[in-house]
Amino acid sequence: MKLREIAAVLNATISCGAERIDDEVEMGYSSDLMSDVLTLDTDNLVLITGLVNLQAIRTAEMADIRAIVLVRNKKATDQMLELACENGMCILESPYSLFKSSGLLFQAGLKPIY
Amino acid sequence: MDPETQSMKLTFNIHGGDFTHAGQPSSEVKKVLKQLGIDGKTIKGIVIALYEAEVNVVAHAWKGTVEVEIDETKITIIVHDEGPGIPDIELAMQAGYSTASKKVREMGFGAGMGLPNMKKNTDELIIESEVDKGTTVKMINYFL
Repeated sequence: MKLREIAAVLNATISCGAERIDDEVEMGYSSDLMSDVLTLDTDNLVLITGLVNLQAIRTAEMADIRAIVLVRNKKATDQMLELACENGMCILESPYSLFKSSGLLFQAGLKPIY
Repeated sequence: MDPETQSMKLTFNIHGGDFTHAGQPSSEVKKVLKQLGIDGKTIKGIVIALYEAEVNVVAHAWKGTVEVEIDETKITIIVHDEGPGIPDIELAMQAGYSTASKKVREMGFGAGMGLPNMKKNTDELIIESEVDKGTTVKMINYFL
């Protein structure tokens, strides 16, 4: 699924990495717990989270995750955007809840990791 | 890297409670390993383990250091902290077990996966700890 489609499904705005909008991801993972994210063996995923702090970006950096959706109408801080852009990540921001976002993406064909 | 050279060493300081800078050492090590041409999968395992170790120090300890040594065949990382120590290491190694404070959990940590993630991503993991003194974690990863 392209990040462009994900943005459309989630009514999301792009706050960083617009050049990656046609990148494809196969799977999704929704979590506010970063150590759980670090257990994943794949990086072909979009991370869906309501965690708005720098460590969400650091976690993605360590795990080679290149696309993040911030849900619940949260906005990335300037620090987060700086680090995300530095690492070539795409950050999307959606007004929907974690549950709604996950449900919509699952329906649209994004696969779960487990 | 010249085989005659001993090794490359990097040192970092960590301050307890400093979530703003947590991850910076891991990020630096990731860049260095990339420059050295180490493969992506190996790098990922190393930096995840180091990042988890860093966050443990920030979340639980008062302060700590990260010492990295890279030679031709392996990377050795020693994370040493001054802090409360781990009373029961076996218990701490259990997935999901966490003693993280409310503040730490609000930051997205405290899932209790830190030590299990470190074990999964290292070739050798040695943990030594003394209550009310601190903890030393030694991690070794061999390059392919």
